[in-house]
Amino acid sequence: MNIFRKIITAVRGGATEAGEAIVDANSTRIFAQEIRDSEKHITIAKRDLTSVMAKQMQTARELAQLQASIKEHEGYAMQALNQGNEALAIEVAEKIAELESNAADQQQANESFLNSIDRLKELIKKSERKLTEYKRQLTMVKTTESVQKATSAISDNFTASNSKLLNAKDSLERIKQKQAMFDDKLQAAEQLASENSDQSLKNKLQDAGIGAQQNSAQSVLDRLKNK
Amino acid sequence: MNIHTIATHLNKLADDTETGFNFDCTPINGEIDVLQVEIIDREEIPIFVSISDNQILCIAYLWGEDEIKSELKANMMEAMLEMNIPMPLSSFAKVEDKYVVFGALSINSSLEDIELELVTLSDNSLEVISEMDSYLN
Repeated sequence: MNIFRKIITAVRGGATEAGEAIVDANSTRIFAQEIRDSEKHITIAKRDLTSVMAKQMQTARELAQLQASIKEHEGYAMQALNQGNEALAIEVAEKIAELESNAADQQQANESFLNSIDRLKELIKKSERKLTEYKRQLTMVKTTESVQKATSAISDNFTASNSKLLNAKDSLERIKQKQAMFDDKLQAAEQLASENSDQSLKNKLQDAGIGAQQNSAQSVLDRLKNK
Repeated sequence: MNIHTIATHLNKLADDTETGFNFDCTPINGEIDVLQVEIIDREEIPIFVSISDNQILCIAYLWGEDEIKSELKANMMEAMLEMNIPMPLSSFAKVEDKYVVFGALSINSSLEDIELELVTLSDNSLEVISEMDSYLN
């Protein structure tokens, strides 16, 4: 099933009423079941792969042993021929023929195991791709449904609290005003702080007798005496 | 992760915020839980957070179909598409007859990631309305 098209059709067609599902609950369940089945198949295929790989390794080992043994007996046969012992050479040759026949069997088994391994690996990859795809589709269905449910909860909440979302421009205007007010306050506070620090410097200078001094009774008296 | 963990974290941030904003969170009950997140001084454009199996969705509603100057709708949509990738963390979408900006996070996101997402989404929504205002009534 093409989930993407299904979702678009459902949303366009107005299946957005609360409680009306994009894909009915039963098909979602079937879908989830398919995903579980695929996961199980992949697990089994991986187990099969492990056992086939083990068998292949064993066969390859046996094949190598047989080939080594064939070489060894060929050496023996040559030695027997060199000694002119034809009867012994034939006996060894019979052994070699038997070993070669075994090796051919093992070779065939080995190739068949290698083929199985390739096939199983391909099968697992294909199943994993399919599984990823199923999961992606299920996520799309579930997300669409979840957004619908969330939307209906949000709009119910607005209805219940008798409030509504403001017009976008009005909202922005109000937020900007608050921001401006905040900035003004901050600026005023900074100005106040700097004025305070000016004042405290003046006070310190005065205490030290630097700069303009306040009129005191003594200075008035001194001025009068000087007249 | 659930909406109550997020609400508790954001509400108690106060001066420990890493983004410089304060939050006020209110859970909304419904078939699925939704968290209404208000950033202080930006209460007019709340962000709604909901959590599904594998993701956390944060949505801010921008404007309704009825607020668009109808003759400029195609231009507006094109502008939105062009702005979609440059806009950090958020994307545009439409839910019923409302245009929205949203961000989707992994269910394994940290609370700090979620805080950053919400603040970025809020900044984006203000900037978008401000930039798109010639298309709106």
